[in-house]
Amino acid sequence: MAVKMDPIHQFELKPLVSFGHIGNQEIAFTQSALYMFAAVGIIALITIVATAQRSVVPGRMQSVAEVFYEFIGSTLRQSAGHGSERFMPLIFSLFMFVLVLNMFGMIPYAFAVTSHIIVTFALALLVITTVIVYGFMAHGTKFLKVFVPSGVPGWLMPMIVAIEIVSFVSRPISLAVRLFANVLAGHIALKIFAGFVPALLAAGAWGAISPLPLALSVAVTALEFLVAGLQAYVFATLASIYLSDALHPGH
Amino acid sequence: MAQPAHPTATHEGIMASPASEHGGGFPPFESHTFLSQLIWLALAFGLLYYLMDKVALPRIQAILHDRATRLSSDLDEAQRMKSEAEAAGAAYEKSLADAQAKARTIAAETRAALSSEAEIRRKTLEAELNDRIAASEATIRTRTAEAMGSVRSIAGETASAIVERLTGTAPDQASLDTALNRVAIPH
Repeated sequence: MAVKMDPIHQFELKPLVSFGHIGNQEIAFTQSALYMFAAVGIIALITIVATAQRSVVPGRMQSVAEVFYEFIGSTLRQSAGHGSERFMPLIFSLFMFVLVLNMFGMIPYAFAVTSHIIVTFALALLVITTVIVYGFMAHGTKFLKVFVPSGVPGWLMPMIVAIEIVSFVSRPISLAVRLFANVLAGHIALKIFAGFVPALLAAGAWGAISPLPLALSVAVTALEFLVAGLQAYVFATLASIYLSDALHPGH
Repeated sequence: MAQPAHPTATHEGIMASPASEHGGGFPPFESHTFLSQLIWLALAFGLLYYLMDKVALPRIQAILHDRATRLSSDLDEAQRMKSEAEAAGAAYEKSLADAQAKARTIAAETRAALSSEAEIRRKTLEAELNDRIAASEATIRTRTAEAMGSVRSIAGETASAIVERLTGTAPDQASLDTALNRVAIPH
């Protein structure tokens, strides 16, 4: 019982198949990897299997795929503007991947892949690497204008450039930490509030107030569903905004 | 906890919590799991990206594009048919108006032709009648003149016969003429 009460236990990786060690790194197919591939499978089901008929009048599942496509497409267009269509596969994959993994995390006893900072940081780093590589490929050294806003008086420029560089470097960190911390904190809070219910029931007369944490955990569950969707959207939107720097530097 | 004991726990994360019951540290910060997670993440996300880029998104885009072109072509077709129907309606109206105008012209022409024919016939008839009247008048006049001539000779003969019976002798022609001229009726 005590192990179940531990709010950290749910984030533990459980190797299903171990492939041995490289240095101190254990290479194993964990439940985390299983959820990742399950997410890929679900997304492929919605976007590929459901659209196989290419109906002009869509069925339910095809409608879902179309709604996601148009939603991400319009978000990307609004955030990154002209020429952003080339990043549609990246942003669409990121949004769907994070959304489905977050939603998997809401299933009881399931594992939240996005509660591990290495996963969110790798995705954030993928975005920033894309920004930098595409920025230099498309604009050469003109990409560095990202750090030099126009219309700033000369004496202020060194400070502004320093601030811009710090802000640019902190982007992947904030992107990664925001998603990771939201998912992690939500799951811990949920576990703690839910844990109060059996704890109070076991404490004799205190059991009378056990409906309180129960109601609270129901409310937190609803909130966590909102957070799961919202954080996927925020991740995709911020990635789009950062990519707009690579498309249109120096404005 | 003694300090030298720490390095022996190689799998312990940077935020190792001695209070947690499962023995390890704080799982998200256990760096010995990072490489494994990154490998599976790269494989899963790479597969997802490939599927989205090569299969799913082009297909959804094609579906949406097809629908948009289908809709716009249908709308164009409807618009074309509407304008066609309107043109047909206008053509019908026009032919109706044309037919009506033509009918009016024919009626007017016929009326004019008929009336002029009647006029001509009336005029010829009139002229004929006038001629006949004139001819009749001329005949009457000659007959009257002839008759008047006969009256004089009959009156002369009658007068000489009367005088012969009364006197026994016929009057001579000269005194007869004088007497006739005295009573002659002026025409």
